[in-house]
Amino acid sequence: MQAVESKSGLGRFGEFGGQYVPETLMNAVIELEQAYAFYKNDVGFNRELAELLKNYAGRPSLLYFAKNMTKALGGAKIYLKREDLNHTGSHKINNVLGQALLAKKMGKTRLIAETGAGQHGVATATAAAFFNMSCDIFMGKEDMERQALNVYRMKLLGANVHCVTSGTQTLKDAVNETMREWTRQVKDTHYVLGSVMGPHPFPMMVRDFQSIISKEAREQILETEGELPKAVVACVGGGSNAIGSFYHFIDDIAVELIGCEAAGLGVDTSKNAATVANGSVGIFHGMKSLFCQNADGQIAPVYSISAGLDYPGIGPEHAALNKSGRAIYVPITDTEAVNAFEYISKVEGIIPAVESAHAVAYAMKVAKHYTGCIIVTLSGRGDKDVSSIARYKGEVLYE
Amino acid sequence: MNKRFISFITAGDPSLEKTREFINVLASFSDVIEIGLPFSDPIAEGEVIQAANMRALKNGTTTVKVFELLRSVSVCSKMVILTYINPVFVYGYEKFFKDCNESGVYGVIIPDLPFEERGEVIEFAKKYNVHLITMIAPTSAKRVQMLAKDATGFIYLVSSMGTTGVRSEFAVGLDDIVKQIKIVTDVPVMVGFGISTHEQVVKMSEIADGVIVGSAFVKIIAEHGDNSALYIEKFVKELTIG
Repeated sequence: MQAVESKSGLGRFGEFGGQYVPETLMNAVIELEQAYAFYKNDVGFNRELAELLKNYAGRPSLLYFAKNMTKALGGAKIYLKREDLNHTGSHKINNVLGQALLAKKMGKTRLIAETGAGQHGVATATAAAFFNMSCDIFMGKEDMERQALNVYRMKLLGANVHCVTSGTQTLKDAVNETMREWTRQVKDTHYVLGSVMGPHPFPMMVRDFQSIISKEAREQILETEGELPKAVVACVGGGSNAIGSFYHFIDDIAVELIGCEAAGLGVDTSKNAATVANGSVGIFHGMKSLFCQNADGQIAPVYSISAGLDYPGIGPEHAALNKSGRAIYVPITDTEAVNAFEYISKVEGIIPAVESAHAVAYAMKVAKHYTGCIIVTLSGRGDKDVSSIARYKGEVLYE
Repeated sequence: MNKRFISFITAGDPSLEKTREFINVLASFSDVIEIGLPFSDPIAEGEVIQAANMRALKNGTTTVKVFELLRSVSVCSKMVILTYINPVFVYGYEKFFKDCNESGVYGVIIPDLPFEERGEVIEFAKKYNVHLITMIAPTSAKRVQMLAKDATGFIYLVSSMGTTGVRSEFAVGLDDIVKQIKIVTDVPVMVGFGISTHEQVVKMSEIADGVIVGSAFVKIIAEHGDNSALYIEKFVKELTIG
């Protein structure tokens, strides 16, 4: 099911993708590409990964019928794909276990990763602890402040957390710094990229590891409802939980695929991270894709209340799905996301990550226009966001 | 010393007028002057050049203005632009290389455009007679001759792992890489990344055809700003003459 992937180029999805990295890293990405090409078809590797996903990460994740929401909103039957219930609290573990296992097979002894909200950093630190590898996480200064709890979790897990003070001090800069670190010490180190972005083979490989979300969800919905959903809704930063949620539905052309990007204070303001709405084609972080940038090709500072969606680009496969029209991408503001965060907490008793709340917000807006069911991916749980949402709402917390 | 010398500074740091002044100073000592066209996220650069990129962008440096500057300088040194692929892509490949040609630019270095992705760019470089400079790294291994074979202008041999910036140790085996290169091409091999002393210039020049010095100049500019010309002159003399 290689819907939009070109076989000819270096991991191209139509015009998007590619391998735009410095020569210092070329052998590393080629080595990774070859190792992945081998292990993805290796029975032993797949058995080991399946075992880890089941007994360590806790898969399959539930496809939960949100009865109260469905009743309150009217229209669509709403199902939640509960990635928030995974070990470490988000979908990030799906990808990290795959990459860490691969790195181990390749003889690497050290994992490095960028993190925005801290979920990917926590997942990587967890895998490093599990596989007895050393671990360095790069995180923007601003994100370290708004996700202090996750910083401490990473430290507990034995990782070194490096504060990134360059540029906008958020996810984009954390990626820059992790790439720089990879060029410094490429031999024993694997860069566990956290999203479906970066140079080939990362967008394809991360998608494959995350596609378990839609593989399960498709089977689960057919089993409970006996029919496919009308739509699949997921939040998009780089886009790993979204592509994972979409992938096995891509060939089901009647199923709408909807990615929710962070509109911050609004798509018409200067404070947002809505790449599809406001971006244009560019080449950055190893890939040709869509980016928020100015007329000179300088990457724009972006903003979202959600550290995990606060990224000025989108994975190349999403850029291709957008171009072909197979998926659509809609902006959701901070206010809408925070409303959804509070709503689903009260109505369903589920506190979602503020990232995932962007997808919930869209479902709340459109549920009444649907008959049949829609699947909303809850990419992570919201414990990490509680204090920042409280601050946003002007609550005083005594920690 | 009749070895070649390449100096690097970032355009627009601290201002384009000062960049012109610094170019005039460097020209007496440099076979090639590399001008950094600033980019917001220069992933191959260490802290010193990252900060210069930020200063230059904050000062309103744009691609158009850098071409205006290059069109108006007249020095004997060859002028080369170092930038990242996104500003080139967004400006438009054809327009970029056409403007390079019209501004007398000898070559362009794009660290995040590896050999495998050159295809979409090289035709325009060739059409407008601009060298797309090949970079070779200590990790290039089996790729060295494939890369060197197609090189024109000069080869940028990266001295060490990591990013640009002053350092005291370089990768081992650089001389072997140069030997491999020399089997397939006569294009001069210039060693860059981390070189900041006369001693290092001499040592690297023994291995290769010359050296590239960047961060050390940019550091002077970070420190002395508008008054850097004198310090740059003193330093470039030290480096090249000793």
